[in-house]
Amino acid sequence: MIKNEALIFEKSVPGRRTSLLPVCDVPERDLASVIPAAFLRQQSAELPEVSEVDAVRHFTALSKMNHGVDSGFYPLGSCTMKYNPKINEDVARYSGFSRIHPYQSEKTVQGALELLYQTDRMLAEITGMARVSLQPAAGAHGEMAGLMIIKAYHQYRGDTKRQKIVVPDSSHGTNPASAAVVGFDVIEVKSNESGGVDIPSLKAVMSDEIAGLMLTNPSTLGLFEENIVEIAEIVHQAGGLLYYDGANMNAIMGKTRPGDMGFDVVHLNLHKTFSTPHGGGGPGSGPVGVKKELVPFLPAPVVERAVDKYVLDHNRPLSIGRVKSFYGNFGVVVKAFAYIRSLGAVGLREASETAVLNANYIRARLQDDYELPFGKTCMHEVVFSAQKQMKLGVSALDIAKRLIDFGYHPPTIYFPLIVKEALMIEPTETESKETLDDFIEAMRQIAREAETSPELLKEAPHDTIVKRLDEVKAVRKPILRYVKEV
Amino acid sequence: MKIIEGLKYSKDHEWVKVEGNLATIGITDYAQHSLGDIVFVELPEIGDAIGKEETFGVVESVKAASDIYLPISGTVVKINEALVDEPELLNTDAFENWMIGVEMDDPTELDALMDATAYETICHE
Repeated sequence: MIKNEALIFEKSVPGRRTSLLPVCDVPERDLASVIPAAFLRQQSAELPEVSEVDAVRHFTALSKMNHGVDSGFYPLGSCTMKYNPKINEDVARYSGFSRIHPYQSEKTVQGALELLYQTDRMLAEITGMARVSLQPAAGAHGEMAGLMIIKAYHQYRGDTKRQKIVVPDSSHGTNPASAAVVGFDVIEVKSNESGGVDIPSLKAVMSDEIAGLMLTNPSTLGLFEENIVEIAEIVHQAGGLLYYDGANMNAIMGKTRPGDMGFDVVHLNLHKTFSTPHGGGGPGSGPVGVKKELVPFLPAPVVERAVDKYVLDHNRPLSIGRVKSFYGNFGVVVKAFAYIRSLGAVGLREASETAVLNANYIRARLQDDYELPFGKTCMHEVVFSAQKQMKLGVSALDIAKRLIDFGYHPPTIYFPLIVKEALMIEPTETESKETLDDFIEAMRQIAREAETSPELLKEAPHDTIVKRLDEVKAVRKPILRYVKEV
Repeated sequence: MKIIEGLKYSKDHEWVKVEGNLATIGITDYAQHSLGDIVFVELPEIGDAIGKEETFGVVESVKAASDIYLPISGTVVKINEALVDEPELLNTDAFENWMIGVEMDDPTELDALMDATAYETICHE
């Protein structure tokens, strides 16, 4: 049983230390005599004062309250919470990668530059793009960079009327947000009955003001967009470009490529698909890849291969400029490189095949217990609806909370927005059939409980330190820092 | 679920109350119920000219942020500022707590909207 843990500030005792330093044997000077008054703190910082063992126990206790991929199944749809081999962490910590400095001369970091160059080449091959910039630090950052490239491309051609970006109503929330950040107006198109882009609605919004279309394929419903070639033609004929949100890349590695589907710009989430743990706030990496005609607009610098060495090419007059200090989150790129090289082309394809198989296994085995809004074969994730349970007064939220009692991280709920009471489950390729069977049994038990003892779900979770949180208060009146009570 | 007779309804779950050339607009009870606990409301400025089916505001709940569309074109003449401070009023009574009032550009656009009976039907689909 995990007990609640006081804040470390509440454990603070004045004067308590983790280590006792010997008495200072050089003359002390008043701080005010060496630092201008304007830079001196007027009040104590009131940092917590605890012993080393108290600090260790505090943070160990907090870590036990956490749920991660290392502690259990984490089928959080749309997030690809797969297990990442620890050897890739080890490789990223090799001193030749971890103890170099971005200001070192190129001559002394040839290995690191080669790794950046090779990763660019491999990701370009996987996505069907010409070149890839490894600078963006996360998915939405990659989206921003990609949209800036689209904007720069249209402006370079003098086509300044193109101020609108089209997104489907099933898109990731970051898509319209990124477009707005880059200064585009956002136009939403509806989905059709099978969960794809509605072609007549898409045609209706096309004009010479459209800069491009942002699409995830497979879509956020976990379904492959079967009309993708037609969609690409419609957008290209109207003079727009196609942006591929690579958040769902885990479904298609080695099977199909965004470039082959007609996309012009792609971002990937290395921290989803390519072996960096995520969900902990970073660091991540959101490389952006482009087709040949957009290469001049990529962020600078890019690594180029000269006759006998690798160089950083800063001389790129059409570049959108830097989007991140130095060369991106290098350690994350090292992990992606190690992952791709250790799996190889065949291994990456098998990873995607297993991810899709696992999702379909769950789909097939839970479709009698939970409503399946789109009945066809899914890709790497499956979206159920708790509409059947809603008739009994049990919501997707209640089901998600009850899953915590079984030791699982809940799936994504209420997303995508176009499915009522959505439960979005992404098992990933790294889970065994036994794990999936246990999860399926838990979901079936919960479906039975919804009929026989709904209060079990309404009151869940039962074994956690806190029960249902006040989500409204958390959003409207968040307490973001400790304030000492006087 | 509450539906009020005499109002006009859009397929995006907005209601419209017509008084002369003034249209008062809000979200329906069905909409507030689907959204769940509402935590933020964003409204346009008075004087904004907004086209038919363009976004006039945002309603954010614990589940999602949703754009709210103007079912008819017009110019904003009043906004319900109480909602900015107390967005939960929409959960309390979505019909009582209107969002904006617009001076309509073309009252014939109202013809495309539904009456209470038709709206009730689509809510049950």
